[in-house]
Amino acid sequence: MTGPIVHLAGVSKRYGDVFALRAVDLLVERGELLAVVGPSGSGKSTMLNIMGTLDRPTSGTLRIDGHDVGGLGDRELSALRARTIGFVFQQFHLARGVPAIDIVADGLLYGGRPRGHRRDAAERALRRVGLGHRMLHRSHQLSGGEQQRVAIARAVLGDPPLLMADEPTGALDSRSGAVVMELLRELHGDGTTVVIITHERDIAASLPREVRLKDGRIERDTAAPRVAS
Amino acid sequence: MSAPRLKPARMWPADVVRVGGYGLRSRPMRVFLSALGIAIGIAAMVGVVGISTSSTNELDQQLSALGTNLLTVAPGQSLTDESVHLPATAVGMIAAMPGVETVSAVGRTDARVYRNDHIAAEQTGGIAVYAARTDLPAVVRSRVVTGGWLTAANVRYPAVVLGHAAANRLAVFQAGTDSLVWLGGRWFTVVGILAPSELVPDLDNSALVGWPVAEAELNFDGYPTTIYTRAQESAVTAVQPLLGPTANPANPGEVDVSRPSDALAAKQKTEKTLSGLLLGLGAVALLVGGVGVANTMVISVLERRSEIGLRRSLGATRGQIRTQFLSEALLLSLLGGVGGVVLGVGITAIFATYQHWVTVVPFWAMAGGVGATLVIGGLAGFYPAMRAARMPPTEALANA
Repeated sequence: MTGPIVHLAGVSKRYGDVFALRAVDLLVERGELLAVVGPSGSGKSTMLNIMGTLDRPTSGTLRIDGHDVGGLGDRELSALRARTIGFVFQQFHLARGVPAIDIVADGLLYGGRPRGHRRDAAERALRRVGLGHRMLHRSHQLSGGEQQRVAIARAVLGDPPLLMADEPTGALDSRSGAVVMELLRELHGDGTTVVIITHERDIAASLPREVRLKDGRIERDTAAPRVAS
Repeated sequence: MSAPRLKPARMWPADVVRVGGYGLRSRPMRVFLSALGIAIGIAAMVGVVGISTSSTNELDQQLSALGTNLLTVAPGQSLTDESVHLPATAVGMIAAMPGVETVSAVGRTDARVYRNDHIAAEQTGGIAVYAARTDLPAVVRSRVVTGGWLTAANVRYPAVVLGHAAANRLAVFQAGTDSLVWLGGRWFTVVGILAPSELVPDLDNSALVGWPVAEAELNFDGYPTTIYTRAQESAVTAVQPLLGPTANPANPGEVDVSRPSDALAAKQKTEKTLSGLLLGLGAVALLVGGVGVANTMVISVLERRSEIGLRRSLGATRGQIRTQFLSEALLLSLLGGVGGVVLGVGITAIFATYQHWVTVVPFWAMAGGVGATLVIGGLAGFYPAMRAARMPPTEALANA
C-alpha cells in the first residue's frame, strides 16, 4: 500500500479546559525514522497515544496506514493496532517470571496465529535483537537493556509497518541506551517506520527528522519543507 | 484510497484458557485462598448430600433386609377406659387369614428382672418381661448374638433370652448356664442375647421367657399383648385393615394395628428435611465464596492496569480483555469447585466408613457442585471483567 503511514490533520486533544494538542498537522511517510521531542507537558505523550490509536483526538482527523481512525470502532481499532502498530514503552511492561520467548510470542497473541507459529516467530525475533542466548531466561533475570530489547522483539514480531517507541532509553544507562537506539536504527534500515518519543535532545538530533513540540504545538519540524514540496 | 476491512482475529480457545490461567499462576497464594472459599461451600453441599444419601442408602438396605411387610397388632383403648386385651384366639385367627405368611406373639407379664437378688425392687431398669412364642425370631427377623433362642425344650423351664439393651443393663455378655438373672423372684438362666432390632425396638429392652413357664411361674394371664405378623408383600395393604376385626371380632375398635417399617420411612423423611436445611447452609457458604472470588477479581483488575494497557496496545479488543478476566474467574471457581467436590466426597467417605455405611455420593451432586461454581464464577467475574474491558488503554498505561 502506498501513501503516508501517519497523517494528522488539525488534530487537537483537550482534557477539560486544557489543550494537550492544538491543531497539529503531521505527515509521516513510510520508512521514516523520526523523533518527537519536547519537554514534559509539551504534549508528546498525547501525541504518542493518538498516533498509536490508544486515544482519540477531540477534533481533527487521523489516518493510519490509510484508515480514517475516527470512523473505526473498538474492534477495528484493535485489529489496526494488532496488525499495523508496534509499541515500545519506557517501563518495558514485561510480565514477571515469564520466559522471554513467551513474552515475545504474546506480541502476536491477538493476531490469530497458532501458538507454535508464534513461538517460532518469537525465536527469530529474539535472535534479531541479539538475545538468541536468552530465550528461556525469565524477565527479572535480564538486565534493563535486555528487557527493552525483549520488548522491542515483541513489538516487531508481526512486522508492523509502524513502530512507536515511548522514551525507549529513558530507564536505561547510556550504554544499554545506545544498544537500543542502534537496534531501532536497524529496524528502520529494514523498512519499518520508527517514531521515537523522547525528551532527550541528543537522541532527537541524531535522527534524520525531528519534530519539536511545545505547549501542544509543533514548534519545529526539520522535514517540513520536504513534505510541503 | 480504499483500505482493506479491519477485522480482529479470533483467539484460539487454548490461548483463552492459557491467558486466563496466567493471572492465576502469578498469584498462587491468593488464588489458593479464594478457591478455598468456594471449595468449602461446595464441600459442605456435596458432603451433606453424600452423607444423607449414604444414610438413606443404609436405611433402604435395612428396610429391605427387615422387610416392609411386618404388621403388629396390639390391644388399644376401650371407650370406657377399662384395660382391654386381645382374645387368646387372636393368633390363630390371624394365621388363618389369606395373605398372611407367619404369625407370632409376645405377652407382657408383670414380672421384673434384676441382675441378682440384692437389687432394690424399684430398680427395674425399665426392662419388661414378655412371654414369647418360639416362632418369634422368624417373624421379626432378629438374630441372637450369643447363645440361642427359646426352644420347645426349654420353654417350660426358667430360661430367658435378653434384648440387646436389657443384656447391657443387666451386665450379661455371655449366654450360658452360669449367666443367671433374678426374674420374678427366682433365678433364670440366660440362654441367648438378641442383636439390636431396628424394626421392633421394643424387644431391645425386654426379657423373653417361654409361654408355659410364664403362665406357670409368673402369673401370666396368657393373653398376647403384641402379635407380629408377616403378610405377603402384595397383600400388606389388603391385610392391614382386616387385622383388627380378625383379632378381636367383638370389639374391632379396641385393636391397634401398625406397620413398624413406617417408622423407619418417617426417619428417612426427617433426615431429608434436616439435610435440606444443611444444604441451604452450604449454599450460603458457597455464596460467601463467590463474593470472595469477586473481591479477588476486582483487586486483580486494579493491580493489572498496565497489563491491560499493554494487551490493548498489542491489539486486544475490549471483548478479548473481558473474556480474559471472565475466564480467569471461571478457572478460579472451577479450581475451587473441583477441590470442593473432592473434599466433600472425602468427608462423606470418612463419615460413612466411621458409621459402617457404604459411601454413596450421587453423580448429580458432583456435577451440580462443579456446575454451581461455574455459575458463581461467571457472576463473580462479570463485573470485574466489564471494568477491565472499559478501562481506557491510555489510563491503564499511565499508571504503570
